[in-house]
Amino acid sequence: MPDTMLPETAVLAARLDRIRARYPVPAPEAIAEVVRAVLATMEGDLTATETALLGEVAELGRTIAAAKAEIAALRVNDINASHIPSATDELDAIVAHTARATESILETCETLDRVAGELSGETQGDLSAQLQDATTRIYEACSFQDITGQRITKVVATLKTIEVKVAHIIAAFGDRRRNGEPESFPEAPPAEITLLGPQLPTNAMDQSDIDKLLASFD
Amino acid sequence: MTMDKSMNVLIVDDYKTMLRIIRNLLKQIDINNVEEATDGAEALAKLRAGSFGLVISDWNMLPMTGLQLLQEVRADARLKAMPFIMITAESKAENVVAAKQAGVSNYIVKPFNAETLREKITKVLGHA
Repeated sequence: MPDTMLPETAVLAARLDRIRARYPVPAPEAIAEVVRAVLATMEGDLTATETALLGEVAELGRTIAAAKAEIAALRVNDINASHIPSATDELDAIVAHTARATESILETCETLDRVAGELSGETQGDLSAQLQDATTRIYEACSFQDITGQRITKVVATLKTIEVKVAHIIAAFGDRRRNGEPESFPEAPPAEITLLGPQLPTNAMDQSDIDKLLASFD
Repeated sequence: MTMDKSMNVLIVDDYKTMLRIIRNLLKQIDINNVEEATDGAEALAKLRAGSFGLVISDWNMLPMTGLQLLQEVRADARLKAMPFIMITAESKAENVVAAKQAGVSNYIVKPFNAETLREKITKVLGHA
């Protein structure tokens, strides 16, 4: 508590602390009750400090009311009910489509490899080598499907985190009497400490960096 | 050292596409005896039941990750000297260090090319 606090302010602050301790997780209703409890403790004429404090509390109440109105206007329930499921469905469809396309490309490459293997003789042997070099480049490029799949999985995990946060906001500010449903939050994805998936190029170590790091152990 | 290209190689990845890519790249360097597993647990069962000369594994898989597979392999009296290459998108230094401490033979970051795969296989089998 600051040394400069007036005695009457200190008493008020202590009362506020006691009231706050009764509500470890503040809900809008609880804050309103705190305001009523503070008002009930007021006796006699208000000092300038108490008037200022009451002004702050009233402003806090108006801010909460405005936030509730804004969230209601945003139709925040729609975010979890349709926007996020729709976005994750679209991302799942991307993974499925790229997987099918990649399988098709790989199948075609395998056909080319078989044809290349049947070419023989000096001229044809050179053609075979060229064909195999080309299919090698295609195989390498097809690993995009794994990398993009992992990136999309990270985005889906982020969407799920947003879903959990939105559910908390709805529970804290929404009108629970209207839907009458018990509070339930989607399970948060398990925290993965060591696995971060593909990094953005600016943050990633390349193969030569990794080779140097491994060599440092020898 | 001449590479024994007739050895059995186990490739492990939960992306079927990646298994197919690695299988084809191995075929292009005349390694044809390739078996597949889609997670660490399946891989460990195949390793214990079979006879393999090399494991090439992804890291990020469920229920058993590539790192857990590596730890199990190094703790297994029969498998502990098995050459083990990790191919993964995990490119943070702490991942590389964790894999090294668990006993990885080499580490390839995705996306990789055929030459890197060939080079690491040659190096690992040379030291095996």
